[in-house]
Amino acid sequence: MSKTNGKLKKKQSNFDYSLLFLILFLLCFGLVMLYSTSSYDAMLSGLPADYYLKKQIFATCIGLGVMAFAAAVDYRLWQRFALIAYFVAIVLIFLVLTPLGIERNGARRWIGIGESLSFQPAEFAKLAVIVFLAMIVSKMGKEALSTFRGVATLLVLASVIAGLIAVVTDNLSSAIIILGIAFLMLFVASPKSRYFIIMGVVGVMAIAAFILLGDSFRMGRIEVWLHPEESPLEGAYQVLQGLYAIGSGGLTGKGLGNSVQKLGFVPEAQNDYIFTIICEELGMFGGICVILLFACMIWRFMVIANNAPDLFGSMLVVGIMAHIAIQVVLNIAVVTNSIPNTGVTLPFISYGGTSILFLLAEMGLALSVSLRIRSK
Amino acid sequence: MGRSKKLKIKERKKQLYVTESMGPFDMAKTFQRKKTAICCIGAICLLVALCGRLFFLMVVRGEHYTEMATALQQRERSIKAARGLILDAKGTVIASNRTVCTVSVIHSQITDAESVIDMLVKELKLSEDTVRKKVEKVSSREKILSNVSKEIGDRIRAYNLDGVKVDEDYKRYYPCNNLASKVLGFTGADNQGIIGLEVQYDSVLMGTDGMILTMADAGGLELEEMAEQRIEPIAGNTLCLTLDANIQSYAQQIAYKALEAKQANYVSIIVMNPQNGEILAMVNAPEFDLNDPYTLLAEYEEEGTETQILLNKMWRNQSINDTYEPGSTFKIVTAAAGIEEGVVTPESNFSCPGFKIVEDRRIRCHKTTGHGAETFVQATMNSCNPVFIETGLRLGVDAWYDYLGKLGILSRTGVDLPGEAGTIIHKQENVGQVELATMAFGQSFQITPLQLLRAASAVINGGTLVTPHFAKSVTDADGNIIQTYTYPESDGAISESTSETMKEILELVVSEGTGAKGGIEGYSIGGKTATSQKLPRSARKYIASYIGFAPADDPQVIAIAIVDEPQGTYYGGSVAAPLIRELYENILPYLGIEKEIIDTPDDIE
Repeated sequence: MSKTNGKLKKKQSNFDYSLLFLILFLLCFGLVMLYSTSSYDAMLSGLPADYYLKKQIFATCIGLGVMAFAAAVDYRLWQRFALIAYFVAIVLIFLVLTPLGIERNGARRWIGIGESLSFQPAEFAKLAVIVFLAMIVSKMGKEALSTFRGVATLLVLASVIAGLIAVVTDNLSSAIIILGIAFLMLFVASPKSRYFIIMGVVGVMAIAAFILLGDSFRMGRIEVWLHPEESPLEGAYQVLQGLYAIGSGGLTGKGLGNSVQKLGFVPEAQNDYIFTIICEELGMFGGICVILLFACMIWRFMVIANNAPDLFGSMLVVGIMAHIAIQVVLNIAVVTNSIPNTGVTLPFISYGGTSILFLLAEMGLALSVSLRIRSK
Repeated sequence: MGRSKKLKIKERKKQLYVTESMGPFDMAKTFQRKKTAICCIGAICLLVALCGRLFFLMVVRGEHYTEMATALQQRERSIKAARGLILDAKGTVIASNRTVCTVSVIHSQITDAESVIDMLVKELKLSEDTVRKKVEKVSSREKILSNVSKEIGDRIRAYNLDGVKVDEDYKRYYPCNNLASKVLGFTGADNQGIIGLEVQYDSVLMGTDGMILTMADAGGLELEEMAEQRIEPIAGNTLCLTLDANIQSYAQQIAYKALEAKQANYVSIIVMNPQNGEILAMVNAPEFDLNDPYTLLAEYEEEGTETQILLNKMWRNQSINDTYEPGSTFKIVTAAAGIEEGVVTPESNFSCPGFKIVEDRRIRCHKTTGHGAETFVQATMNSCNPVFIETGLRLGVDAWYDYLGKLGILSRTGVDLPGEAGTIIHKQENVGQVELATMAFGQSFQITPLQLLRAASAVINGGTLVTPHFAKSVTDADGNIIQTYTYPESDGAISESTSETMKEILELVVSEGTGAKGGIEGYSIGGKTATSQKLPRSARKYIASYIGFAPADDPQVIAIAIVDEPQGTYYGGSVAAPLIRELYENILPYLGIEKEIIDTPDDIE
């Protein structure tokens, strides 16, 4: 192959246009669904119908700028900031406790100045953990990663952040996601699988024990999960309303904008339960299409990770893949009542400025890695 | 050896996961590619499983969840069904419905609150404060005013203001206002019968309410854009009465005239067909306005008594809800029993000294000087108490009660109106000679006017005890008969011949006796008067009454008039009998009963 040919090939094909398309499509689709879902809720609260939409568009625009920047900058640059990011994440989590912290719906999870300019440290922590672990893994040798001690050390480092998020910001779901990301990244990085199988088994048992020996609140969630139609608990209402929304969608749905369940039945439908409204309006086909889009995206991450020019880039994308995969699977599993309820948002679609901002930053990193894949 | 083989496999697997390019790092970290792929495929497997879950929820369980969701989202609003009409014997509508409107506002749909308030204040004539409070109240639906006339409702609708709702509703309407008010009765807020025929035939008249099914949001707010389902209401059936509005209205006028002229408590007139019990009119003046039943008439106003008690008093139908001592009109029963039993004949001779001693009591005749020698017929014409005491005593207690039973005095008439009063009478085993003597001329027991009318009918119709009634048939909205009512009748209370005799005697009472003022030139009319003294006797309060029927030989109509506590003259013959005469003068031609050339009563002397 001639040199010019090779260069041309690199410019044409190495940047992952499929991923970019998937991102943009999900963003636009998400905005449409967000408007459909949130306008009624906004009007009921006396806000303009496009209140949530405008805020989300604002965050999306900033996020797209961040994404473009991250894609353009060589991702290797961030290796140097990985350690700083780790500590910044910890500091930000503690900032929640200071007067900068903002409480919403009874949970102190935000920091910021006023209501309009706020941000959730947990979202930043996810990105920080991904970058941090990718850096460490790429610096450690294969041998160190083969030892149980090496793997355990890294897991403990990630658990520090996860634990802080769980305890300080009382956000168990984000802690679980961070632990999941770390677990999958280390699983990929370490040549040994045995540890992870053992850890997986122990983890599952620990979760079971945590639930069974836990307080009535946790048992209540299990009760709601198993019998949502009989349970009088408050959580059951949301689960049940979500199921009504999904179930009443049928094969092709009621049509865009025609959901009834979004009219106050599904509480805060624009957040965690937005997928139920997608199902109600677009039917089973619409719901499966959304799932397929995410599957394609995960597939693209694998392709980029497996072709990354170096281990850092590869691990970075593995972390991002793990993040998206865990959140999508957990969210859809929760709203379909396949697992007990826990508050996880659907990436790119659920309402949330911080979430969209850092997701797009991660997408920028993944695109940056794809852009720097060297052709043979 | 084995190691090289392993490497080869790795090489091949590597080919699987690496699609584009390979750097030097790639060669060393093949296991990471494999594990990345495992993660990816694992995630995709989970997503496929969730698609399966979606299929289960949306297709397998879809119907169940749709049903549950619909049950939650749907709101039912009932549409009131029109109540069935009530028609009189000639098909005139005497109870119908009027469309009224309920005006309400839906807070969330109001766009221009000020003009809504202005308009409502202007059209509904309400104070601005009340309207403003209701319009500005945050509620899903706020009722401003109900029972608004249709014209005003239409006008409000014409403003076309957002958030203002005008719902149509039915309200019972009685075109004749107070005509037969205590018989027809009226309805309450839910169009349910409260008294009278409206209660008795509630199930017939009541329609089936319709329904509007609309979708509503979680707050219960109806969603305008959603298609609504409508189940049309079914109007109630039409009730056809035997009551004749014309006769009723003649009778009512006459009763009112007497009420005023005699300053009486009340005046009741019942007109019935004695052959089958069809009631043509039942007046209990003063009647109240059926379209305004909760306004107390001046006649019923009383200091210090609860309004509801006074209203209940006003709504009472004295013809069936109250009992009284019938007095001399009851001598019809005594005479019929005496003749039937053979203890007297029309020609039996008696002598009246002005009193009769029964056991230790001296019972006076109303003519204290006595009627002297008289036949049974003359005694009836004179309404002579001692003769009837004698007749009663000759009958004896057992036969007496036997006839009371046969003529329906001991049981309720079974008229199709609620709250019929029962007879108040001595127990048969407690009746001694004195009680029997007083009962024989209509004292010391109480019955309703209708019971007496029924007994008299049986005496003059050949002995058939009929059931007085109002309802003839039920038709649907198009006039097709759905149900025809039949009422029990029993024959043989007295024999035909006794009945014939009685008719002749009673005709003589009118033509020559105490009922003379009930007679009409050209008609043969039978009748009997009564002047009963109310208890306590010392109060000197009276009830003047008269029963008259025509034509005397083949009675087509029988009527009773009762004047309670008339001022001045209180004799039945001069107070009550003229009422029935006046009524008959009006209604006999109307009923198709022709005048006849009557024989001059030479043959009876």
